[in-house]
Amino acid sequence: MIYEYWFASVRPLADKKKIRLREIFETGEHIYYAEEGRLQEQKFLTEKDIGIIKKARKEGKPGEEFEKLQSSYIRFIPFFDKDYPQRLREIPDYPYALYVKGELPGETRRSAAIVGARRCSPYGEEMALEYGEALAKVGIQIISGMARGIDGAGHRGALNGGGKTFAVLGCGADICYPREHAGLYADILKNGGILSEQCPGEPPLPAYFPLRNRIISALSDIILVMEAKERSGSLITADQGLEQGKDIYALPGPVTSPLSQGCHHLIRQGAGILISPEELLSELNIQAGKSPENKNKNEKELETPENMVYSCLDLFPKSISELIRSTKIPSGKLLQILTDLEIRGLIKEISKNYYIKVRN
Amino acid sequence: MAFSSVASASLEGLHVELIRVEADVSSGLPMFHMVGYLSSEVKEASERVRTAIHNSGLILPPRKTIINLSPATVKKRGPSFDLPIALAVLLSAGLIPMDSLKDTLVIGELSLNGKIRRVKGILPIVMEAKRMGYKTCILPAENAPEGVLADGIRIIGGESLEEICGYLTGERVISPFPDVRGKGFENPLGGSLLDYSDMKGQEAVKRAAEVAVAGGHNLLLIGPPGSGKSMIAKRIPTILPPLTKEESMEITKIYSVMGLLDKDRPLITGRPFRNVHHTATKAALIGGGQVPSPGEISLAHGGVLFLDELAEFQKSVLEVLRQPLEERKIRLARSHGNYVFPANFILVAAMNPCPCGNYPDMDKCSCTEGQIRQYLGRVSQPFLDRIDICIESPRIRYEELNTKERAEGSGEIRERVKKARKIQRLRYEGTGILWNSMLGVKELPRYCVLGEEEELLMKQAFTSLGLTARTYHKILKVARTIADLDGEERISARHLKEAAGYRTIDKKYWGR
Repeated sequence: MIYEYWFASVRPLADKKKIRLREIFETGEHIYYAEEGRLQEQKFLTEKDIGIIKKARKEGKPGEEFEKLQSSYIRFIPFFDKDYPQRLREIPDYPYALYVKGELPGETRRSAAIVGARRCSPYGEEMALEYGEALAKVGIQIISGMARGIDGAGHRGALNGGGKTFAVLGCGADICYPREHAGLYADILKNGGILSEQCPGEPPLPAYFPLRNRIISALSDIILVMEAKERSGSLITADQGLEQGKDIYALPGPVTSPLSQGCHHLIRQGAGILISPEELLSELNIQAGKSPENKNKNEKELETPENMVYSCLDLFPKSISELIRSTKIPSGKLLQILTDLEIRGLIKEISKNYYIKVRN
Repeated sequence: MAFSSVASASLEGLHVELIRVEADVSSGLPMFHMVGYLSSEVKEASERVRTAIHNSGLILPPRKTIINLSPATVKKRGPSFDLPIALAVLLSAGLIPMDSLKDTLVIGELSLNGKIRRVKGILPIVMEAKRMGYKTCILPAENAPEGVLADGIRIIGGESLEEICGYLTGERVISPFPDVRGKGFENPLGGSLLDYSDMKGQEAVKRAAEVAVAGGHNLLLIGPPGSGKSMIAKRIPTILPPLTKEESMEITKIYSVMGLLDKDRPLITGRPFRNVHHTATKAALIGGGQVPSPGEISLAHGGVLFLDELAEFQKSVLEVLRQPLEERKIRLARSHGNYVFPANFILVAAMNPCPCGNYPDMDKCSCTEGQIRQYLGRVSQPFLDRIDICIESPRIRYEELNTKERAEGSGEIRERVKKARKIQRLRYEGTGILWNSMLGVKELPRYCVLGEEEELLMKQAFTSLGLTARTYHKILKVARTIADLDGEERISARHLKEAAGYRTIDKKYWGR
């Protein structure tokens, strides 16, 4: 394994060439000790490629590196390993190796990707949470990229639902990027795993992010796009998913919102529409655990002025002045009601005096 | 030909030091020499004085003239010694009667043609002169209206050295400046034309301002550009209770030192509103200089200090505000002594929710999360801790500009504020506390008693709203003020709930 790990970390050499070379030489050790002549016989290798391998041989310290890997609790899973995810092997440009912290996604369990904009609206974020939770509750694993915004909310939703969730990173699996997701990173490790095709210690370079999208889509059976602008990374994921033969679902939003344009575009192209988690589950032929009856229960419990304020709110942030305008309740009284609703966990203040409804 | 002395005064910060100007004219080689720890502007007085005397038609005999300003331990600064030096010389030269300046304090700068020029800081000096038992003050004519505010001391305003000499020799009559007791005080709001009834559809902000003023809480307005944040701030002085005579004098003194008083109506009767630009330096804000002069926070004493674009201020500049916000005065230490200026103001700060101002409207906001975080991070947590009330200031809509509906005016709000402040005055009598905002953690359990129901509410709120100990205390203080506005002794749940709506965005609300 020492030499396999060494060969996997030879860079920059295209994965396809590496895989072919490994198939010809059969082990990493053979490649390490191969004579230059034998390498030159391989017509698909250029002079530059051979130079890279030679340089890696000279400078690499296979034994030391491998020891470091083992002490960092990161599993090294090359494409020929029996644990290498089957779903991944099905795509044409599968990565040479995966580095995994925690678990790998279950092979036989269904999995769904929840992807979308980093800079998302509270609507998208809440929806990602809701779908993550609903799908996790019925045992579907949630795959995403642990980015800010939708990705993080999708993971968080899955954790709330008590399910497994897996993050595919655009940097080494030992690096938490973005940093503010340190808590999420730790929680995912407890209930799933962190995956990456980059070697441990690799920094989050912009070029790595579009690449990891193909892994997210490959590992999933369905892909949910929550919010995406006209040109966005989430659409790349969806496009790759389409090529890989996955089902795409998109969340509709207001036609005026730039953040929903990408989703509407997908829907026009034939993606499924996300109306509610229950509807999605029945489309997937899964019996939802609980009936959605208690949805309006909160509203029934509330007294009239509270009810009035609550019904004015939705997932698009409303400011206190807008609420005064639509309810005609004086400011002092309105703040009392808002605090009350917030304490009861029915609404949330997302920015100073901007409120949204909380799901359920 | 003899020794003479004239009383004058010098100002160190707000502290008045009485100075005696001594002159001795005797036989010897003709010369004009000045001693007594003088700064260069006082040394230059010798040229001004001699030329002014000459140009006033008086002839000094060619004698040895020595001037001494005592006590010699105090550094003398400024041009206000010109007139006393001139008079002391003329006394010694026998050109004016020896006893004509008994019990008289003299201040004024001289121009080369003998005209007397206006100087800064008249009011505190005249007040001190009165306290020390002086009967008369000779001042520049332009400063006479200011001097007369001290009330109970004769003020003689002189236009020129010639006029004053005439007065002192009895050739000319200058009647004391008319006593204006109570004058300028008939309009206690300073004739401000601003009123809260101009503002429509901003109920939430107006209410927050009312609570802030009633309890002396500092206020932070968060809203997009063009949401009328400065409009609101400018009107806050109009809902503050009118100034008392003492407050008015105290504020006028500070403005006098800075030379900012109106020539004809020197008494400050309206509460100050100071709008500070975000490029302000530390010295401009808290006061500074070798002999410190008051800064913006002292000019805002008794009124409102408005910091627009809070996040654009230099961090270190904001940090120096922390101590005066706590102590309500500023102490500036210099190697030659400490200077204390009053700084009891309500801080009103305004800022955008993000660099472009549109957050959380994600369709319009073009800032990345990192940018927002960085922008909000420019205001430090310790600084935010000193702000009790935070409210969103909304974009003004067209319909609101043109509505015929009458909005509540400043007068009605001011009445409620006055009542709430009276309750506080009675409650805190003899404790040194003026307003609810000054309650410390130690005093809270005594003055903010919660019932069982309210305890339970706060317990729930603590976890579900993610409060910290600091926000908890702030909510208690603000709830105390809201209860006082309602005229209620007991803080009830609704007061707490409203107060919770004003809580400052905590670290977890900075960004998302």
